Amino acid sequence: MDKATIDGFGDALYAALRKRRTIAPLTEQAPDITLEDAYQISLRMLEHRLADGERIVGKKIGVTSKAVMTMLDVHQPDFGYLTDTMMYATGAEVPASRELIAPRAEGEIAFVLKRDLEGPGVTNADVIRATDFVMPCFEIVDSRITDWKIRIQDTVADNASCGVVVMGDRAVAPADVDLSTCGIVVSLNGEIISTGAGAAALGSPVNCVTWLANTLGRIGIPLKAGEVILSGSLVPLQPVKPGDNMSLVIGGIGGCAVRFV
Amino acid sequence: MTLDEATVEALAARLLAAERERKPITKITDEHPHLDYDDAYAIQNRIRAHKLAAGETIAGLKAGLTSKAKMKQMNVAEPVFGFMTDRGAWPDGGAIERDRYIAPRIEAEIALVTKRDLAGPGCHLAEVLAAIDFVLPAVEVLDSRYENFRFDMVSVVADNTSAAGFVTGGRPRRLREVDLPTLGLVVEKNGQVVEVGAGAAVLGHPAESIVMLANNLARRGEHIPAGSFIMTGGITAAVAVDRGDAITVRFQDLGNLSLRFA
Repeated sequence: MDKATIDGFGDALYAALRKRRTIAPLTEQAPDITLEDAYQISLRMLEHRLADGERIVGKKIGVTSKAVMTMLDVHQPDFGYLTDTMMYATGAEVPASRELIAPRAEGEIAFVLKRDLEGPGVTNADVIRATDFVMPCFEIVDSRITDWKIRIQDTVADNASCGVVVMGDRAVAPADVDLSTCGIVVSLNGEIISTGAGAAALGSPVNCVTWLANTLGRIGIPLKAGEVILSGSLVPLQPVKPGDNMSLVIGGIGGCAVRFV
Repeated sequence: MTLDEATVEALAARLLAAERERKPITKITDEHPHLDYDDAYAIQNRIRAHKLAAGETIAGLKAGLTSKAKMKQMNVAEPVFGFMTDRGAWPDGGAIERDRYIAPRIEAEIALVTKRDLAGPGCHLAEVLAAIDFVLPAVEVLDSRYENFRFDMVSVVADNTSAAGFVTGGRPRRLREVDLPTLGLVVEKNGQVVEVGAGAAVLGHPAESIVMLANNLARRGEHIPAGSFIMTGGITAAVAVDRGDAITVRFQDLGNLSLRFA
């Protein structure tokens, strides 16, 4: 894919984000699109957001569950960028009707780093050592592609379908919790809709962060001290609409709540 | 109650024979479409009486169909209950004789052991929590005596809720050391994660199973004796297993259990 095409798709996705108007899947518009093209498109989209004054605060890892990997026919996760305007605090009202298109909620563990991590060669021990604390969070994914008709290239180009993030208010040192077996309970409008455990994301959320550090390291991008890294959903995605409220609690870590308006 | 004593005895004998000979039968409601829960628990009680007469002892009690989604799907308000005998006890880390069963499946559960009698009606959660001695991880082996696990609620109660065996061990904990609703677990089959879940999958709180069990037993003139080992219900979907399969379940705060089918 040439630079002009990449820029064109990046511009279109950025416009879709701002105007809340979806576009046809890139994999239909340009069937030969590669994963590399898709990441270049996501960077173009990001450049627009940075030009608007947004600041990168972290990264998200997606496609970490076996179910989603099977659905997208891939064998590895993907990633996107988090900016300051995406971040909400627990209890927040997320303006879904004004800012989102077709939001879906995921429950996750966020890693907050105290040291840079630069792959390749990063191990789980390096990730634990570089992690200041972990926190519970909701990631509200959204798609700028019509009806979520995504293949892996579509979601990668669209900043890994990231929407907004709602962070909990408790932080736990990574050495103080078993991140693989810790349970998660997610409720929608007061009813438990799903449970899961850390292992739902690549066997352990730590594995996800290690994967990201090594993947980005190969193209010279470090994970930086202070960044928030969302490690991947531990439960199935839940479509949400204005009026819904959700809460989650993760065993040994803490909880998080959000209302959609 | 729609059945007479002789029919209860005959159906219990048929289910016992199916278990003994590992020859599944068609579900009993095909023949007795009006069978109710009283009939079903009466059949289960006859099966229990026969097992005790044959020298087996009661090892514990169990709840089944404890997920709210499954209950909604089956349109029922409470789980189903059964019992386990010592014959179904398998050691942690040991081999399970696959050929003792028809089509075994496993479920990961939280088990609770009581230190006081619990009796309904009117039993409630705080009363149950006050009566808990300690918490154990457990894996239940399920095996329906009906063909292809095809059954309805009433038939499954008569079949002792598909109870077949169990493994426990791990790291017992006091109730105050663990948070049962958020307690997570990971089921691995042959080294691959196949199921994950947390305690709240069971009625929002695993001890809620015991509340319902105590109240259910009260209607049948029974209670939960002190010292009972109670498996509170599957947290994950049942996983089919066969000869050669190895299962490991990792529990948050409760250690691991492993078993293999030989």
